[in-house]
Amino acid sequence: MHTTRGPALPPFQWLLDEHAGTVLRFLTRHVGGTDAEDCFQETMLAALRAYPSLAHGTNLRGWLLTIARRKAVDSFRASGRRPLSLEDASGEIAAAESTAPDAELWDAVGRLPAKQRRSVGLRFAGDRPYDEIARTLSISEEAARRNVHEGIKKLRREMR
Amino acid sequence: MTTSDIAAVRRATDRVRERALAEGLIDIGYATLDTPIGRLLVAATAEGLVRIGFEDEGDGPLIELSALVSPRIMETPGRVDEARRQLDSYFDRGLRQFNLPLDWRLVGSFGRRVLGRVARVPYGGVESYGDVAVEIGHPRAARAVGNAVGANPMPIVVPCHRVVRTGGALGGYGGGLPRKRFLLELEGALPTSRAAARSG
Repeated sequence: MHTTRGPALPPFQWLLDEHAGTVLRFLTRHVGGTDAEDCFQETMLAALRAYPSLAHGTNLRGWLLTIARRKAVDSFRASGRRPLSLEDASGEIAAAESTAPDAELWDAVGRLPAKQRRSVGLRFAGDRPYDEIARTLSISEEAARRNVHEGIKKLRREMR
Repeated sequence: MTTSDIAAVRRATDRVRERALAEGLIDIGYATLDTPIGRLLVAATAEGLVRIGFEDEGDGPLIELSALVSPRIMETPGRVDEARRQLDSYFDRGLRQFNLPLDWRLVGSFGRRVLGRVARVPYGGVESYGDVAVEIGHPRAARAVGNAVGANPMPIVVPCHRVVRTGGALGGYGGGLPRKRFLLELEGALPTSRAAARSG
């Protein structure tokens, strides 16, 4: 375990809460539903192994998707198939984000407290980074992170 | 994100949790527990209980653990099952003495001496900050003892609520005085005052 650290990385659980959907959709798109779950586990376990040595916590979603992309390539190699669309993952990364949310989820977002609703909206509908959300809402970056995290936790409870 | 996506994500992350536990990749596992004094965060390393947080601390304890111990933190109810069972029983007036492995890494050497002593104050009893200072051989350090008691990362289990001011005033409590009063009343160390009960 690591006893001295720089600026805190968010607890790994928050990465799962926030980005698991994005990563799973990304993988489903690339390797198909059957292999996506295996790739997802390989991705998250690799991320968890490497996480404490990460220098900073900016763009953690991009970091996860980079690992996911590597795992998708591995999975294609292992199955002897050719990766078709993995050469330019960046476009796909954006596409993975743009899946239209269903009405039930959107209703639930609408019921969040104002700061959380706006933070969640900016983060996921607007795909804004935390520092920008913080500036937009005149709150600290940590508060922005917390709002998104709390918002997602509530949504998860509601959608259960 | 759709509703069926959410179910698929939950399934997939549950598997990640199982495998991460099996491979020893989770440095800190936690769960939340509903109690009469509000929701508690209970966090443990492989060595034992490391932190209990009160509801009003929000995500503070997890952020602190991430910075001080490791960010490999996941919600893993299994890791804290035994702590949860004992806390439930304590709040039901069953258990009077916790028996859990404790991980003291968040506490310095002075704090360990103080809290080690505090851990021996029996259920239903109280002791003053000054008494604790005397018992650990630092009779003039009541204030430092107070600080160490106030910084207890494992409240309830390490019963810092049993340390009060000389003369009977309750003194402070990290979780707020209503909680301290509730715990002391639960243990029978204070007469029950209906107004204070459950106000946590």
